[in-house]
Amino acid sequence: MPLPTPSPALRPSAVDARGWGWRYAGRHAWAVSDLDLHITPGERILLLGASGAGKSTFLQGLAGVQGGEEEGEETGTLLVDGVDPGTTRGRAGLVLQDPDSQVILARVGDDVAFGCENLGVPRDLIWPRVRHALAMVGLDVPLAHPTAALSGGQKQRLALAGVLAMQPGLLLLDEPTANLDPDGVREVRASVARVLDETGATFVVIEHRVDVWKDLVDRVVVLGPAGVIASGRPDVVLGEQRAFLAAEGIWVPGAPVTAPARATDAAGPVLVSTDRLTIGRSAAAPVRTDVDVAVAAGEVLAITGPNGAGKSTLALTLGGLLKPVAGRVQAAPALADGAHAAPSRWTSAQLVARIGTVFQDPEHQFLTGTVRDELAVGPRVLGVPPAEATRRIDALLERLRLDRLAAANPFTLSGGEKRRLSVATVLASRPRVLLLDEPTFGQDFRTWQEIVALLRELADDGTGVVAVSHDEAFVRALSDREYALAGITVADGAQR
Amino acid sequence: MTAVAGGPAQAQAQARAVGMQGVNPVAKLIASLLLAAVLVLSIDWVSAAVALACESVLFVFAGVRPRTFVLRTAPIWLAAPAAGVTTLLYGQAAGQVYWSFGLIHVTDGSISLAVATALRILAIGLPAVVLFITVDPTDLADGLGQVLRLPARFVLGGLAGLRLVGLFLDDWRALELARRARGVADGSGLRRFAGQAFALLVLSLRRGSKLATAMEARGFGAPGERTWARPSVFGAREWALVCVGLLVALLATAVSVATGNWNFVLG
Repeated sequence: MPLPTPSPALRPSAVDARGWGWRYAGRHAWAVSDLDLHITPGERILLLGASGAGKSTFLQGLAGVQGGEEEGEETGTLLVDGVDPGTTRGRAGLVLQDPDSQVILARVGDDVAFGCENLGVPRDLIWPRVRHALAMVGLDVPLAHPTAALSGGQKQRLALAGVLAMQPGLLLLDEPTANLDPDGVREVRASVARVLDETGATFVVIEHRVDVWKDLVDRVVVLGPAGVIASGRPDVVLGEQRAFLAAEGIWVPGAPVTAPARATDAAGPVLVSTDRLTIGRSAAAPVRTDVDVAVAAGEVLAITGPNGAGKSTLALTLGGLLKPVAGRVQAAPALADGAHAAPSRWTSAQLVARIGTVFQDPEHQFLTGTVRDELAVGPRVLGVPPAEATRRIDALLERLRLDRLAAANPFTLSGGEKRRLSVATVLASRPRVLLLDEPTFGQDFRTWQEIVALLRELADDGTGVVAVSHDEAFVRALSDREYALAGITVADGAQR
Repeated sequence: MTAVAGGPAQAQAQARAVGMQGVNPVAKLIASLLLAAVLVLSIDWVSAAVALACESVLFVFAGVRPRTFVLRTAPIWLAAPAAGVTTLLYGQAAGQVYWSFGLIHVTDGSISLAVATALRILAIGLPAVVLFITVDPTDLADGLGQVLRLPARFVLGGLAGLRLVGLFLDDWRALELARRARGVADGSGLRRFAGQAFALLVLSLRRGSKLATAMEARGFGAPGERTWARPSVFGAREWALVCVGLLVALLATAVSVATGNWNFVLG
C-alpha cells in the first residue's frame, strides 16, 4: 500500500546512561542503580530482567515522564541525544501495557493527533502525519471511528500510531502485548516491525515473552538489581542466561515446561451441565444459543475460541453469576446439596460454597485492605470455625508464596501476586467447581507454572475445573477436554 | 485510505449543513446561559411564557427529530409540573386561601408562583436540552480551548476523564458479579452499595493515574504553545444563535415589564 506522505525526516536517537539510578519518593530501596548503558542510533534492544529490576523505571526515565524532584531522587546521568529527557518532549515515544488506559480521545484521528497538538505541530502538518502513522501501524479505519469500538490489539496499534505521529527518534514499548490475545500479539508485532523498517528509530522493548521480539532485535540486555548483568547478541545472551532468566519468570524460548499431561480417565460424576442454553449479558443481547456442555468432578475443561465468541459469558453463566437467557444450567444434587438446581437462583453465600469464579481482572474481586483479610472473607461467610480458617489461610499463603505479603494491601501487589491471590481467595472456601477466566493472562513463566501445577492438583483431588483461555500452551498442558466456541460474525466482533 | 482523504474538515463541512448540528458548542453554551441568566432574575409567568412561545417556534428549525425531542426532554416535562405542584402546596401564601391543611396552603399567591415556576423550568430547560443533544464533547473542548481560551490542561483533562465514565459502567457491572461470586452480595442493599461504590472509586483513581501517565507520555503539559488539530470556528452562524438567545431574553423581559408582571428577585 502506498503511504499517503513520504517518510518523515526522523533522526534515530542515541541513549547514554552513566551510573544512572532512580529512587521513588518515600521508598527505601533504589528502583534502578548503577546503570551504565550506551545505545547507538537505530539499535533495537530487548530489555529483560527480574520483576522489580527497574526496567519500567528506566523506560519512563528515557521517556521523561518520571516527574521532578517531588516524585523521586536521581543519581548519575541519563541522556537522550545528549540532553536530559525530562527537559524535552517528543524525542522518545512510550507505549504502555494496558490498552484501555492509553486511549485518550473518543475518535481515532483525534487520538493520534493529540501528541502532535501538545508538541505544537502546525495544524496543516498534523493531519498528514496522523494518516501516515495510521497507515504505518496498519490501522485501516476512518478517522472518525470511535476508539471505544477497537479491539485490544487495535488499541495498542492506536497508541503506537499516536506516538509515531510525534516522530520520536526513540521508540519505547513496555510489555505492549502482555494483555493481548494471540491475534493481537501478532498484529502488534507486525506493526512494530514495519514501523522500525520504515523509520529506523532506536527501539527498546520490555517483554516477558522473549520469542515475540527475539528476531526483531539486535541486542538483548539483562538488568539486575545493580545495573546490567548481560548484554549482547540475542542467541548468545539467551543461551548463557537461560537458567537465570527462566528462574526469574522470563519466557525463554525452549525452556522446559515441567507439566506432564494428566491422565484423562480421572473424570468423576457430572457436577454442572447445561441444556439447550442460550447465553448473553442481557436477555436483549444473546451471544450464543444451544450450548450443551457438562463439567465433571476431577476434570479440567478448557473453553476456547476467538474474541467475542462468548467464552467469558459462558463461564459466568455456568458459575451462576449470569442468568441463562433461555434453556437451563443444572447443578447435580451432589453439588447443589439441598439448594435449588439452578446456580443462578442460589444466594451469594450458597454460591461461594459450591462454585468459585476467578475473574480475568483480579482487582475487581478484592474486598479488603490486606492479603490475609482477603483470604478470610470466604471462610467467614461460610461460618468456618476461626481455628480451621486460620489453618486454611496459612496453608494457602505458603502454597502460593504470599506469606511474606500477608499484611500488604492487595492493590499494591505485582500482577503475578494479584493473580495468585485471586485464585487463593476462591480456594479458601473450597468449592467443588472452580471457574477461571484467562488465569494465565499476562503472567510470567514462574506464576504460569505454579497455576498449572495447582489446578492439576485440585482436579486430581476431585474438583471440577473450567478455564477460559487463549493460551495454547496452558490448554495443552492441562485440559482433559476442550469446548471450542466458533467465532460469530454479529456486529463488528471488536468487543471482547 | 482514500475514504478518509477528505479529513475532518470535510466531515465538519457536511455536519454544518444540518440544523444546529454544526454550530459551535460554545455559541450554544452562551445562548443557553444568556436565556437562563435573564429568566432567573424574575419569577413571573409572563416572561417565562413569552420566552417559551418564542422558543417553540425556534425548535421547529433546530433540526431535531420529534421523537428525539420527546425522549430527551422527558425529564424536563416531568420536573416542571413536579416543581409546580410543590410550589402550589408550599409556596409563599398571599391573597385568597383556597385550601389549607397543616403546612399546606393553596392561595392566589402560590398558584401564580406555581405557574411561573413550571413555565420557567420549561423555558430554561427545553432550549438547553435542544442545543446540547447535538454537542460532541470533543467539539465542546475544542471550542472552550480555542474560542474561550480556557486553559488546555483543564479542558483536555476533563475531556479525557469523560471517556473513563464508559469504563466505570463496565467496572460497576464486573464488581457486582465479583461480589456475588465472593459470597458478600446477600446483605442489606445500602451497605452493599456503599462498599461497591468505594471499590469503584479505588478502581477509577487507578485508571485516572494510568491515563495521566499515558497523556504525559504524549507530550501533554509540554512547555510551549499547544496547537489544535481541529479548527473551532466562531462565525456568523454562532453570532446569530447568540443574538437569537439575547433577543428572546430581551423580548421576554420587555413584555413582562410592560405588563407590570416583572418582579426582580434580588430587589
